[in-house]
Formats: sequence, structure tokens, C-alpha cells
Amino acid sequence: MAAVAHEAHGHHDAHGHDHDHGHHEESFVSKYIFSQDHKMIGKQFLMTAVFMGLVAMLLSILFRIQLAWPGESSDFLSFFLGETWAPGGILKEDMYLGLVTIHGTIMVFFLLTGGLSGTFSNLLIPLQLGARDMASGFLNMLSYWFFFLSSILMLASLFVESGPAMAGWTIYPPLSALPQAVSGSGLGMTLWLFSMAIFIASSLIGSLNYIVTVLNLRTKGMSMTRMPLTIWAFFVTAILGVLSFPVLLSAALLLIMDRLAGTSFYLSDIIVGGEMLTNHGGSPILYQHLFWFLGHPEVYIVLLPALGLSSEIISTNSRKPIFGYRAMIGSILAIGFLSFIVWGHHMFVTGMNPFLGSVFVFTTLLIAIPSAVKVFNYLTTLWKGSLVLTPAMLFAIGLVSTFITGGVTGIILADSALDITVHDTYFVVAHFHIVMGMSAVFGMFGGVYHWFPKMYGRMMNTRLGYAHFWITIVGAYGVFFPMHFVGLAGAPRRYYDYSVYNEFDSGSYDMMMDLNVIITIFAIIAALGQILFLFNFFYSIYRGPVAPQNPWNSNTLEWTTPVEHVHGNWPGELPTVHRWPYDYSKPGSDVDFIPQTVPLAEGEEEH
Amino acid sequence: MMGSKLVALIVIVLGVIAIAQLVRVYELSSKLRNRGEHEISNRDNRLNAKMMLTFMILFYLGFIYLIYKFGWTGRGDAATLHGRELDWLLNLNFIIIILVFFLTNTLLFVFAFKYVRKPGVKAFYYPHNNKLEMLWTVVPASVLAVIIILGLKNWNETTSHAKKESIRVELFSKQFDWTARYSGEDNTLGRFDYKLTTDANELALMTTETIDSAIFNMENGPTGIKSLESKLNNRKVIMVPEDREKMENDLSRKQRLIRLLYQMKARHNSKIDAQAWDDIIQKDTLYLCVNKEYEFNFRSKDVIHSAYFPHFRVQMNTVPGMTTRFKFTPDVTTKEMRKKKNDEKFNYVLMCNKICGGAHYKMKMMVVVLPEAEYTAWMNGKKKQTFRDAYFAAAAATTAPAEGAAPTDSLAVKVDTLSVAAK
Ligand code: HEM
Ligand SMILES: [Cu+2]
Ligand SMILES: [Cu+2]
Repeated sequence: MAAVAHEAHGHHDAHGHDHDHGHHEESFVSKYIFSQDHKMIGKQFLMTAVFMGLVAMLLSILFRIQLAWPGESSDFLSFFLGETWAPGGILKEDMYLGLVTIHGTIMVFFLLTGGLSGTFSNLLIPLQLGARDMASGFLNMLSYWFFFLSSILMLASLFVESGPAMAGWTIYPPLSALPQAVSGSGLGMTLWLFSMAIFIASSLIGSLNYIVTVLNLRTKGMSMTRMPLTIWAFFVTAILGVLSFPVLLSAALLLIMDRLAGTSFYLSDIIVGGEMLTNHGGSPILYQHLFWFLGHPEVYIVLLPALGLSSEIISTNSRKPIFGYRAMIGSILAIGFLSFIVWGHHMFVTGMNPFLGSVFVFTTLLIAIPSAVKVFNYLTTLWKGSLVLTPAMLFAIGLVSTFITGGVTGIILADSALDITVHDTYFVVAHFHIVMGMSAVFGMFGGVYHWFPKMYGRMMNTRLGYAHFWITIVGAYGVFFPMHFVGLAGAPRRYYDYSVYNEFDSGSYDMMMDLNVIITIFAIIAALGQILFLFNFFYSIYRGPVAPQNPWNSNTLEWTTPVEHVHGNWPGELPTVHRWPYDYSKPGSDVDFIPQTVPLAEGEEEH
Repeated sequence: MMGSKLVALIVIVLGVIAIAQLVRVYELSSKLRNRGEHEISNRDNRLNAKMMLTFMILFYLGFIYLIYKFGWTGRGDAATLHGRELDWLLNLNFIIIILVFFLTNTLLFVFAFKYVRKPGVKAFYYPHNNKLEMLWTVVPASVLAVIIILGLKNWNETTSHAKKESIRVELFSKQFDWTARYSGEDNTLGRFDYKLTTDANELALMTTETIDSAIFNMENGPTGIKSLESKLNNRKVIMVPEDREKMENDLSRKQRLIRLLYQMKARHNSKIDAQAWDDIIQKDTLYLCVNKEYEFNFRSKDVIHSAYFPHFRVQMNTVPGMTTRFKFTPDVTTKEMRKKKNDEKFNYVLMCNKICGGAHYKMKMMVVVLPEAEYTAWMNGKKKQTFRDAYFAAAAATTAPAEGAAPTDSLAVKVDTLSVAAK
């Protein structure tokens, strides 16, 4: 691995050279399509993710309409789903589950894993470390194209005659293994599994590349403890991915075997659709162990990059060093480590041995400690700052708020005794949407607003950014906060129609129906608010004002590169680093920021 | 319909054009004032700072409104012994996390409001403070220690096994309904094996007779081994290759199963037959006796389901290929709860809480908790309808379909119990 890295490194130095002599014309294809330049690959990830995110959001609006007005005909539904899946404008039961499943899958894996970490790890790791490119540009390109291919497969599964996968994004067998159990477990599930297998390959290639780059290609002076927290977050994220995604791949492969080769890894003693299967001795619980061994680290794979981005944004725009830099690194490492020994908290009521459950309660609640440290450190960073409320800064502050709000309910869910009542209810849906659907997405938006000038050389419109933020935070809290109440009333998740409550509990029925309408209305508002973002994003790519070199007066290395992208990032020599990245408002300095490339003044102490 | 789509389209297009125009005007005016997008004016800064505070207040008001309107927890009080303990703990945890929620969110939004950039005021360079960091490591850790200890104590009690004399009941799940099985006179649930499933023996209980009849069915039934073999060997029947392959697969599957059934027969000890024969199978409504401890076993026929009794604070997955369990003691009768809720139609319910297919949301069973006297009366009626009675009646009904006496009989019992429940 190291050898590859060195080779690639040499290769890119040579490229940097090419540029000096100014004779290296790239063809359209190698520049925009099969690009090996990390900046272009980052943008490709972003574009794909924005598109996938839009699709997933549209799916959520479709099924939210069913939840708020069950059984009522809707033009909107019949327009998008046609007679097959919404006869007479009324969503089919099976397709409801299909929409929910693909929505969740796209949001978690394609938007927030591929999209978030793919975009910003690619863009920022070389730029903030002072490297010419990733360790291997070729593998990096491969990683994107695998991602692209898996996105296509996932979208294609929506158009399969028997429907897309319908077993929830966690695709628990036997439901996902038996086409007789639900129509989506036929071709739809096969496509899902192949799409995810390719996705995992993409993620692994990408992560290995990130790790090697961080370890080997830091510029002179960039010691590990001078790296911006963004890089620390991407680095630990990549390690988590490398350790956990292969386990998901094995889980998926075993499932593929059970489906196609007649093995019995997850199946035992089943009669389905009138057919008595001969499979014996497998365990559906095995799948859950394998899945959540990835699944829990996965939520930090989603969240850590967002936390890294917001650390950078908050520090820059508070004009203050991030408080407790080393504690922040420690927390990231602690969260990363602990995330591997908590997966059982998703399985308290599966019939798993209660003693094992107790162990997972303990490890899970431990994670709350580094998380709390991070929150308090963010708060102290804001304290006595000189805040510049850019759109990115607003999203970063929003992230801290949602990280708190979503985090505290995690304490309830982690407590096995309390989880008995709220497991698999809307309380869980509220919890994970506030941490993933809000925190991680806010981190991503913040990242886009903050680094847009670096990506496209132009500025986004600030006023539209403000409007976008306020609509989004109001809309999204409006969607996900009331869900706690729906869940505490006992509403199971993945239900097509809550009016079944009318048969036995009219009080709960009224409450759920009222709240479901409120939630759907907020969801529509929030979704419409994203039009502002899309408009701003695409308009600014072409017509936004040209960006200055260092728009946010930031210390990190990416702002020392020219606004116009060059292959190899720095036209001349690579920069040399002399200090940590957080010297904002340092006493004794006239300006309120000292870039990492500025040598220590005489008698100046490094922080 | 077409019209409304057109209107919507036009509105969207006009909206985009309007935003574009506004942006242009804004950009021109910024250019005139010579200000770039990256320079946030003091006015914008202060405006957003005020918005932060306003948002916080509205957010809190919204939260308080939801609590006021929908109650602290929407499910109402628990109706089991352990459920009460759980609710106490849940409330304690909620108090803790809501305090943290208000404290930290308030700090966040107030800081965002208060420390917005002011001309001439420099940020305070404050990179770290070990004491402070220690403080907010130790304080959360100690609060969590309390939460963990109380939680695990409760968890251990809730998940421990029931007393020996507690009533044993099994819940059997399949797409998309529930069946209950009471353990009968001996308070022991009869054994089962999924291979014994036949129309007359849906729960696949194990007795000498059911084994024999499963074997008979597998060999001689309408799609049994003999009929498959004769079809496959009949030269006169011409089949599409796919159909033939399907049938061959079916045959080899059944041949494997029949071998296992014969092994089962050889090993079977007829002494345990009685355990199954006196079991009582109950559909539609689950009747429980108040203040009695129950030990529930859960099974699944096809995919994973989950037995969720929201009012009892009980949840346990049902997993094909294994048995799971949960114990609880209902301590509020349906009638009492109806009075408490002031809802004459209220019923306890058992719902499915693990995605299991299209009709997942409809997979439920009503639950009625009766006072002891009524429960005993109901049970005495049921004891005339054991698995033995039902099994032989069903077997008789299939051989002589004209009679059909048994089903009416069981219906009569059902009607009877419902009127008991309503009292
Ligand atoms: C417009 C915004 C969104 C709305 C209205 C929305 C709504 C919903 C609803 C109602 C469900 C179904 C819950 C159930 O019945 O189990 C759901 C599932 C889910 N959503 Fe979202 N969501 C939104 C955005 C997001 C985002 C940004 C993420 C990213 C993490 C996300 C991740 C998920 C996941 C993982 C599931 C679970 C899918 C499953 O049960 O298999 N959602 N969403
Ligand atoms: Cu987890
Ligand atoms: Cu079910």
C-alpha cells in the first residue's frame, strides 16, 4: 500500500511540474468525466449526491401524503406513481414500504455516506494537508464511478415491475430473503443487494485512499496535531468505513447466497406462501448482528464528517480557536472506538440474551461522554467570540442544536429497559432524523456554503442562503420534533395507515392524525425551501460573483491555492506549515487570523 | 386535473424567474455598494442574531404547546406491574434530558445572539482550559452512571424469568395475524415442529396423531409425494420445462421433509402428547386475567414480527426458528382502563411492530383484561374446546364436509366470551 502511495505521489509531483511548463492540455473526457483530479471528483460526488438526495426527498413527500391523508386520492401520487403503484391516486401498501425503504437507503448511504464524505474528503484532504492530489488518483476515480454505478442500480430498482426492495433500509431477513413474503423481495431486492455491494466497494476504495493520503502526503510541518479537525474527522471516518463496511458486505453476500444458492445462513423452519421450506439451522439474528456491526459505526460515518466541517466553520466564523482542540481529537477517537462495541443496542428486544443487552447499555451510554464534551467545546468556542453569521455558520450552529436535541433522546433509546416501550416506534424515527436528517445534513449544507468558493471559484448568494437556512430549520424541526409525541403514543414505524387506531383507542387516533397532518405540511414547506438552495447552487456555479482568494479569512491551506483550479493544487512549491490552524484573534497580532503558512514570530509560542 | 397541473407548473416557473430577478437586483446593488458576498454586513449579522433568539423562543413554545396539547406521554398510564416501574424511570430520564436540552440549547442560541460581531470588539483567544474540560467530562459521566445503574436494575427485573406457577401462554405470529395458545390444565405448552403444519394443525403441535397425519398428508395429499411422482412419471402429460422443473424441486423438497418426519416419528415419545392435547387455541382476542403473572412465549411461522403491547410496555420480536419470551402482570382491567380514559370503546391491543410485509400495519389482536371471576368463567367455557377437540373436529370436517358442527360450536363460545368482556 505504501509503495503504491509513493508511486502515485511521484506521479503527481511530475504533474505539478507539467504545469509549470504550461503544456498539458486535458481532453474534455479526462477533465470532466474520467477525471483523476480530487477536486473534480469531489464535485462529481456532490452533484450525484444532490440528485440522489432530491429523489429521496421526493419519495418522502409521496409517502408523507399517504400518512397525513390515508386513503384519499391524490393527483400528486398518481402523477409520479401511475396506475400500477397508486391506482386512483391512492398509494399501494407494498409500494409504501418500497418508498420508505429506498428513501432511507438513499439518504443514509448515497446522500450522507457517499455524498458527504465523498465530496468533502476528496476536496479537503489534499487541499488542507498540502498535497498535490490523493495518494492514488486512479483509485479515486474508480471510487466515484462505482458510486455512480451503484446509484444507477438503486434508482433502476424503483422501476422494476415487482417493485423496489420493501424490507426497510435494514433489509432484515427472512422478509428480504423470501420473494413470497413481499413482492419487493424479488428482483428489487436483488438490485438493492448488487447496488450496495458496488457501493461498498466504492466506499472501501475511497476510504483506503483517504487513510493513505492522510498518513503519507502531509506537507512539511503538517504534523498530525496540526491537522484541522476536518481532516481528523475524515480520517477516523475512513478507518471506521474500512473496518465496518466489509462486514456489511459479508452480511449481504450471505443473504445473496440464501436467496440464490439455497443456503440457510439466516433461514430456519419457515413456511411462507403455503410452502414449507427445508432450510434449517440458520438464524435471522445473525444477520442483525452483522448488519449493525456496520450499522452503528455507519451513523458516525455519517455524522463525524459533519462535525468536522462544523468545527472548522464555527472556529473560523467565531474568529476564535476551537476550544479544546486536543479534547476534540480525543472525542473523535473515543467515539470512533466505542462505535464498534455498541451495535447490540439495536437488538434489545430481538430475544438476545438480556445480559448481553446490559453490556451494550453500558458501552452505548459511554459514547454520550465524548459527545457531551464536543457539545460543550462548541459552546465555549462561541462564547465571547466575534461571530460572523454566514449561511455556513448558521447551518453549523443549527447542527449543534440538532446534535443536542437528537443526542439526548439517544440516552432513552440506549437504556434497554426504556427501549422496550419505544423501540421501532416513531420516537426512534424522530431520534435518527434529528441526528442524521438534520445534524448531518446541516453539516453538509454548511460545508457547501463554506467551500463553494473553493469548489467553483464563485460565491453563493448570501441572502438566499439565509432564507434557505431559516426555512430548513423551521421546516425540519417541524417535521421531526412532533414525531417524538407520535412515538410516545405508541405508534409503530413503517405503518402504512395509522387510522387502524380508531378501532381501539380514539384518543391516540385523534392525536396521531392531527400530528401527521402537521408533520406533512412542515415536510412540504421544508422540501419547497430546498428549491432556494438548488437555485442558488446552480445559478452561482455559472453566474455567482467571482470568489476572492480567502473569502472567510481562514487559516487553513486550501485558501492559499489559486481560485482557478490547477492540476496539482499549488502552481509552485507546496506550502510549508508552521502552526496549528486555529490562530484566530491571537493576542499580539494585528489581524485576527494567522494562516498556517506564517512562521512563528520571534518569541511567539505555539498554542 | 390537467388544469391544476398546468397552474402548478406555471407558478413554479414564475417563482423561479422571480427569485432570479431578485437575485440580480441584489447583486447589482451589492456591486454598487462595492461589497462582496463574503462580507457579511453588520445589519445582516444582527438580523440573524435576533432570528436565533426568536427561533429559540418559538421552538420552546412549540415544545410546551405539544406537551400541553398531547400530554407528557401520549400512551396513558401503564397497565402492568413492571410497566409502572418503567414509566417512573422513563419520566426520571425525561426530566434529566429535558433539563439538558433546555440548558444547552439556551446557551447555544443566547451565545449566537449575544456574541455576534460588534465593531471594535475582538474575540477572546481561549484555546483550552483543562479544568473546564474535566468538569464536563466528569459531570455527564456521573449522571450517566446513575442512569445506567437504575436502568440495568430495572432491566434485570423485567427480563428475569417468571415464577414457576405463572400462567404460560404462547403467541404465534404469521403474515398477518396472531394466534394465542394457552397451556391448558397442566400449565405446560405442548411441543411443536414447523414440519407438522397442516390445515387442522396450524400451530404445528406435536402428538402421535399429528405426526402421523403430517406424514400421511405429505405422502398422499393432493400435492403429496405420490401425486407428484405419478404426474412426473406419466408420459402422457406434457409439461412446460419450467413447470416440470418446479414440480421436481417441489418433490425433492418434500422427500427431504418426509425423511425428517419419519425420524421425528421414530424419536417421538407419546407420553408428551397430553401436553399438547389440553392446550387451548384462541384467535381474534386475547383474554388475560388481572393481577396474574404471565410467561409469554413467542413464535413465528414466516418472517420476523414483533409482539408489541403498547399499554403493557411489552415488546418482543418473534423470530422464525427460535422461541422468545417475556413475562408481565397486567394489573388494570379493560373496564377500569375504559373508565380511566373515559372511552367506552377503548381496548388494549397487541400490534405487530416489525416490518413484515404489505399488511404489516393491520396485523393486530385485541386484548381484554378481565377480573378473575369473569376470566375463570371464560376459561371454563374454553376448556371444552381444547386442541384435541378442535383437531378432531377439524379432521372430521375435512373428511365429512357436510356436517360442519364443530365450527358453529366454537363460534358460539366466541360470542359468549365477547358478551362477558363487554360486561
Ligand atoms: C424531507 C425530509 C424527510 C422526511 C419528511 C422524512 C420522513 C420519513 C418518514 C416518515 C420515514 C418513515 C418512518 C417509518 O415509517 O419507519 C422515514 C424513514 C427514514 N428516513 Fe426520512 N425523512 C426525511 C429526510 C431524511 C433524511 C435527510 C435522512 C438522512 C439520514 C433520512 C433517513 C431516513 C431513514 C434511514 C429512514 C428509515 C427507512 C426505513 O425505515 O427503512 N430521512 N423518513
Ligand atoms: Cu447504533
Ligand atoms: Cu407482522
